[in-house]
Amino acid sequence: MNISLNGEKKEIPDNATILGLLEFLKTQPERVAVELNLNIVKKDAYGTTNIKEGDSVEVVAFMAGGMDS
Amino acid sequence: MDFREDQILRYSRHILLPEVGGTGQEKLIQAKVVLVGAGGLGSPVGYYLAAAGIGTIGIIDNDTVEISNLQRQIAHNTSRIGVGKADSAKETFETLNPDVQVVTHKERLTSENIMDIIGDYDVVVDGSDNFPTRYLVNDACVMLGKPLVSAAVFRFEGQVMSIVPGEGPCYRCLFEVPPPPGMVPSCQEAGILGVVTGVIGTIQATEVVKLILDIGKPLKGLLLLWNALDMHFRTVKVPRNRECPVCGENPTITELIDYEQFCMMGH
Repeated sequence: MNISLNGEKKEIPDNATILGLLEFLKTQPERVAVELNLNIVKKDAYGTTNIKEGDSVEVVAFMAGGMDS
Repeated sequence: MDFREDQILRYSRHILLPEVGGTGQEKLIQAKVVLVGAGGLGSPVGYYLAAAGIGTIGIIDNDTVEISNLQRQIAHNTSRIGVGKADSAKETFETLNPDVQVVTHKERLTSENIMDIIGDYDVVVDGSDNFPTRYLVNDACVMLGKPLVSAAVFRFEGQVMSIVPGEGPCYRCLFEVPPPPGMVPSCQEAGILGVVTGVIGTIQATEVVKLILDIGKPLKGLLLLWNALDMHFRTVKVPRNRECPVCGENPTITELIDYEQFCMMGH
């Protein structure tokens, strides 16, 4: 199915959950925040939140650096 | 307030802007801004805020200048190696603009000292290098109702968000809890293109100036993401999280937390 991922069209496996999407993207869930149709998805709901055709998903990476880093 | 002759000249290009003018310049001169970190981000932020005539700039940093900092931390220079970063940045910023009073806070922020340190400032700028400080600063700013311009960089990328408590989301609305120790590499481990800190830091400085002047649209409820390699800017809308543990309707975090320093490489 097609979704909007980080503002760009992306084909992902049908009926994927957020967790499934992150696995598909080879992204560790602990390293990101995920927004589904402008709502933040809680981490413990990644495995039970289904993505539908046409959904808009943002995967935002945690970053800590700035000072000495 | 009456400007001195040299101030009228120094700030003439600001005063010419209708959105700033004499009134706006006066706001800048009376403003107090505190920088968490005088490193990659704090350097450009402090430089431009000093140039803009921000009256009081606080610098919180207990580190000393090392040669490996100088690839990006432009407030310092080779002759300052071994000098405290707060002192080095103070000298740089006050040399650029003697109107600016730079106050140094040579401490590491903790739940014990943060309220006293940031309490007197109008705006807080986070350019820290670790998650415990990032969460501590966010939570303290929410509790004090203080605007915070938060940013981070990594390799070729950066992100910026302006947090105005009560008016938009906070850092925890997006990133509710810190990642587990060791999950997110520090720049020291992963590297950082020096100029990325310059671009992201100057965006932070822009946000600070806009917040003080109350002009334009700050990155409130918007996370700005930038990738240097494809030169791509985008913003992601970030909603307020009603269940946010610190700024939500029923906050569960009512006292400041000192998270374990899980990135020992951070400094």
